[in-house]
Amino acid sequence: MAVVRSMNKMYGVCFHVVRQTAGLKASRLLQHRAFRVSVVQGQQPFDSTLEKPQFPGASAEFVDTLDFIQPNVISGIPVYRVMDRQGNIINPTQDPQLSKETVLNFYQKMTLLNTMDRILYESQRQGRISFYMTNYGEEGTHIGSAAALDPRDLVFGQYREAGVLMYRGFPLDLFMAQCYANADDLGKGRQMPVHYGSKDLNFVTISSPLATQIPQAAGAAYAVKRENMNRAVICYFGEGAASEGDAHAGFNFSATLECPLIFFCRNNGYAISTPTNEQYRGDGIAARGPGYGMLSIRVDGNDVFAVYNATKEARRRAVAENQPFLIEAMTYRIGHHSTSDDSSAYRSVDEVNYWDKQDHPISRLRHYMTARGWWSEDDERSWRKQSRKTVMEAFERAEKRLKPNPELMFTDVYQEMTPGLNKQRESMWRHVKQYKEHYPLDLYVK
Amino acid sequence: MAAAARFFIRGAPLKVPVSGVGCGAQSCFEATLLKLSPSSNSRTKTQRRHASHFTFQPDPEPTQYGPTQKMNLFQSVTSALDNTLASDPTAVIFGEDVAFGGVFRCTVGLRDKYGKDRVFNTPLCEQGIVGFGIGAAVAGATAIAEIQFADYIYPAFDQIVNEAAKYRYRSGNLFDCGNLTIRAPWGCVGHGSLYHSQSPEAFFAHCPGIKVVIPRSPVQAKGLLLACIADQNPCIFFEPKILYRAAVEQVPVEPYTIPLSQAEILQEGSDVTLVAWGTQIHVMREVAKMAQEKLGVSCELIDLQTILPWDTETVCKSVAKTGRLLISHEAPITGGFAAEISSTVQEECFLNLEAPISRVCGYDTPFPHIFEPFYIPDKWKCFEAIKKMINY
Repeated sequence: MAVVRSMNKMYGVCFHVVRQTAGLKASRLLQHRAFRVSVVQGQQPFDSTLEKPQFPGASAEFVDTLDFIQPNVISGIPVYRVMDRQGNIINPTQDPQLSKETVLNFYQKMTLLNTMDRILYESQRQGRISFYMTNYGEEGTHIGSAAALDPRDLVFGQYREAGVLMYRGFPLDLFMAQCYANADDLGKGRQMPVHYGSKDLNFVTISSPLATQIPQAAGAAYAVKRENMNRAVICYFGEGAASEGDAHAGFNFSATLECPLIFFCRNNGYAISTPTNEQYRGDGIAARGPGYGMLSIRVDGNDVFAVYNATKEARRRAVAENQPFLIEAMTYRIGHHSTSDDSSAYRSVDEVNYWDKQDHPISRLRHYMTARGWWSEDDERSWRKQSRKTVMEAFERAEKRLKPNPELMFTDVYQEMTPGLNKQRESMWRHVKQYKEHYPLDLYVK
Repeated sequence: MAAAARFFIRGAPLKVPVSGVGCGAQSCFEATLLKLSPSSNSRTKTQRRHASHFTFQPDPEPTQYGPTQKMNLFQSVTSALDNTLASDPTAVIFGEDVAFGGVFRCTVGLRDKYGKDRVFNTPLCEQGIVGFGIGAAVAGATAIAEIQFADYIYPAFDQIVNEAAKYRYRSGNLFDCGNLTIRAPWGCVGHGSLYHSQSPEAFFAHCPGIKVVIPRSPVQAKGLLLACIADQNPCIFFEPKILYRAAVEQVPVEPYTIPLSQAEILQEGSDVTLVAWGTQIHVMREVAKMAQEKLGVSCELIDLQTILPWDTETVCKSVAKTGRLLISHEAPITGGFAAEISSTVQEECFLNLEAPISRVCGYDTPFPHIFEPFYIPDKWKCFEAIKKMINY
């Protein structure tokens, strides 16, 4: 029973931490520290005189009855929330008290992302770009977390975090340039649409293989820690990607190597068509955190303030204490997985409508703003018009632009151009010039 | 998977081998053989190992880089790592069991000298080690990752092929992991069986964006490893583990580099070109000698050194002169890197070739335990191939 009790105690402490994490009060630091030392670094010094377990692998008491530890799935880790679905602050002590400008900025970035999503989604349907992935329903997780970071913090993402770039000021023209793979694309037109990256905005270029960024983020956080420049790293991933071996690697490495890193899991219920009950059987992703010795919390991903509070506190402590934090943001993927997917093949329209109409991060924040008199129907109308216009203008500019010079197919494979590649480059040009009528040369920069 | 590794290497760090168990170097074999009296019974005979399949010949002492010291291959690796940590404050070394000096002693003393935040153990997870190294390199650190055996690099294949190799290209050069070097013990060791003997270079040779480098001696190891670390591309550096202790020569104490993607002509010749890398160079050296003595054949011996991107020019120039080519590697023949060299040379030197290009390689089987003497492309197999080629 002792094991069971100490487990309960551990989870109890855990819940306590979870509930308090967003409290933003430094006075609780000592208590958190104590938790960490007793649980994570609990390996005791060897002392053969004590009548207690001396195994180096764990710090625990003996127990004389047979009891398996039950996973607590029915009543899982609670979902931290700051405002309700009508935009009312539930517990005033948790109100981040953000200024009107900040909140308006949140709202405008979320809705601008939403407008861009609609236009690019349609443009894919019309065959104008080859592929797209929307962010419907997850705008709050992006903006709330991005706002809680320092702009110098390095971001590693999966592909559904365009809002983070939006918040950091990535120009619409560059979003479009990437999707169109035109000559303005910083990535030189080499990757599929939505694989954004920005060196200036510290947003590491997206790649398609899932979860590979997770251990990379741990390595980057380790390097950042050694720089000692008060920076952190944040790493986003979906609940499906969390099943990859790389997620396990990243969680474990960041804990044992004490990295200032925030793992941000977007649990939106689906990995393409796979529902979460086919993805895992534990209490979601947050419940895995303590197993790695990681402070963890679950937040309402449709509540931008809850996301903001949790990220803010995790960031503060990650940097101060050099340890990783896990935030699981519960959301719902309102859109299709991608433009190559029809989600009505595996889920009901009613389900989607509930999240779109009754529990959406954008409408919730709008309720909050309206209640304060910060936003009116007129504001909404004119902002919609204005944002649509800016997006359309960028869209048209991007569409007209030529594609990059085919020469760029051969550069950046290595830092230098190797003799072998140079030969292949010359051979391509000789061939293309000879058969120029068979290649779309006029679409490309000369 | 590294549980097997631990089991295998338990004896390897021993300075004085007390039995024939778990000792991979030539000196160990000699010691073992010495202990066996001439009257050994049949039981000890079955326990006796096949004598080493090569003889290491030190290169002439390099004098242009200042004072030298007698080092074996693992010590020259340590020396390269030491130079790097001393000159580059961002450099970190990590992997399984590197903190206490590594299971092959390559990192001995570095943690004490440079601190535990710079030389540290990771959890036992290869995909994590390489992913972590990529991330550190992306954030601007010089990352030197160790994979305990090349045989265990496959869990990190995705991170190497899809991530490390494509980082610079896919980001339009916004981000790169050029400061990453992955070191791994490589090649057969006498008794390593399936998972402590592999030569996986050809798997990586099909992957644009990385460099793959294999040295033949302590001097080459240090110079090429320092070149890999300095190179602005992710590099895999395979260390022939059978040479860790067996190869001893004078190595410069100060840092120096040997250029990548440059093959080295070790011996000029006129009748046949021999191409190999790693330990196999020492086999080929003997083969060249045998060919000269027994057949009067003059061999040109080339150490390829860099598998990717490889030095086509040096090899093709040599074949244009000799008209014959033999390529030899320990890895299995089908899809091995000799196939790439062979087809390229055939394309470039068609008019010069006087015989079909010969490949003497491992068989298309997993690397066996007790059959190792029959598996490896030893000097007799290579010699026979030369004989056939000359008589073609």
